[in-house]
Amino acid sequence: MELQLQAAKQQGNFQLELELKVSGERIGVFGPSGSGKSTLVNLLAGLARPDRGSILLDGKTLFDGTAGVNVAPDQRRIAMVFQQHALFPHLTVRKNLLYGYQRCPATERRIELAEVAEVLEIGDLMGQMPDTLSGGQSQRVALGRAILASPRLLLMDEPLSALDDDLRYRIIPYLKLVSERFKIPFMFISHSLVEMRLMADQVAVLEKGALTAVMTPEELARQRMGQSPAGYINLLELGVPQEKQGLLAYPWAGGELLLSSNAGAERGMFELSSKDIILCKRHPDAISARNLLPCTVRSLFETGSKIGVELDCKGGILVAEIVPDAARELDITPGGIIWAAIKASAFRRL
Amino acid sequence: MQFAPTDIQAILLSARVGVVATLVALPLGFLAAWLLAFGRFKGKLLLELLFNLPLTLPPVVVGYLLLLLLGSQGALGRLLDLLGIKIIFTWKAAVIASVVVGFPLLVRSIRLAMEGIDLHLVQAARSLGAGPLDIILTVILPLSRRGIMAGSSLFFARSLGEFGATIIIAGNMPGVTQTLPLAIYDYASSPSGEGTALALCAVSILLSLAVLMLHETILQHKKGA
Repeated sequence: MELQLQAAKQQGNFQLELELKVSGERIGVFGPSGSGKSTLVNLLAGLARPDRGSILLDGKTLFDGTAGVNVAPDQRRIAMVFQQHALFPHLTVRKNLLYGYQRCPATERRIELAEVAEVLEIGDLMGQMPDTLSGGQSQRVALGRAILASPRLLLMDEPLSALDDDLRYRIIPYLKLVSERFKIPFMFISHSLVEMRLMADQVAVLEKGALTAVMTPEELARQRMGQSPAGYINLLELGVPQEKQGLLAYPWAGGELLLSSNAGAERGMFELSSKDIILCKRHPDAISARNLLPCTVRSLFETGSKIGVELDCKGGILVAEIVPDAARELDITPGGIIWAAIKASAFRRL
Repeated sequence: MQFAPTDIQAILLSARVGVVATLVALPLGFLAAWLLAFGRFKGKLLLELLFNLPLTLPPVVVGYLLLLLLGSQGALGRLLDLLGIKIIFTWKAAVIASVVVGFPLLVRSIRLAMEGIDLHLVQAARSLGAGPLDIILTVILPLSRRGIMAGSSLFFARSLGEFGATIIIAGNMPGVTQTLPLAIYDYASSPSGEGTALALCAVSILLSLAVLMLHETILQHKKGA
């Protein structure tokens, strides 16, 4: 997918002036509320008209202010997934799913109902009405409905914000799976950095109606470490654990990590804040933290008043944050060896 | 107590006028409600005022204005004359009076239902490839169904009671244009008609109650859903 957008739009007091050029299959749009994310979505979908500018998707003009081109929303083949599902309440799940499918020109159709139902595990819901579905089921149906329109681009506007934490991270694998399996490029709009890192390859960062940068989610996360009260969030994929002295030992990067037993005894994605990693210059004889890992310092980066330390623990990468004074005392330099101490209770399952 | 043939005709005519007026007004009311609920155009406020005017105007005034418009000297009346269509002082005039006077009630009810539709549904439908007309038929119409039914029953009830505008443009000819309220008016103003007037009133009350009950059932059902 290749998107070239140059658009200006005035809405009340809000002014959007955007120039965005991205190509890729998994694009993120990140920004706080009021940064223009929703306006961008509406401009792309054709639900709002730019005051001036042009929008090109894969070389095809969707809007051109000077040439007077404005392709109608129903002709753009850009499907949307909303925060509030927006399932048609008067239609069964099956009819919801087929709404876009039936309106897609037969020559453009390349995705079939049975396949989508299988991937999203919604085959048993076909005859139900939307108001009988749970939040997670509704969002899967909404996703399936968008996919079945065989869109050229899938716009996901904060699709996970209405779900609670637990559910949110169970939907993400479906989102990724669907776009990979059916090869549909997507644009994922969110104010959550963790979602960005899980979903996008490239992130366009918006602020006050303008584009501030296009970067990888990892770069964005490191840049934001200093400002965020939660620090940098390490995302760790941990294997199936074994019980060990009342804790759970998860295999990770050639070694293991000990987590509190309430973490749940199955594989999964966990988060660990950079603030919860303590660095020691030498091996402490005894320490209450249950994880003590020898690491090699890969790099250092500065953000705000903090210093981020990228650690290589037998192939597993962790980012810890420390204040400049500590960096001096510990004499941290790339290539040096250091010990990272992490409490078993510091991990949180996504 | 026995009703005269003209009394029966008045009851039947009222029902007929009510049914035909509802059928005529429904598509127009739907369109008007759609314009007011979803339209973005200049003069919307003016249109809204125009649609609502019959709600506050005395029906007699509405009838008189219609007479000026549709009468043999009126702009539209002359055109209809050329086409050989006669409306004034026929039962069709009673239908027109009912349509105009009851229109605001119908539009208001449908419009409220339409405004309750989540705009995201319309946007989703568009992004899924549905054009404007497609969306009206597959999203807006089914989702404002209850508003349409509630509005229609209210409109029908209003039409059964229409008096002021009807007497001016349809007249009060027993067996021809005399509806139930007009018949009651005649009996009430004649010294010996009190009994029949009361009996016809009872019929009128029964009809109105039935329609209002239907209306309430629709609204209750809506709340429950």
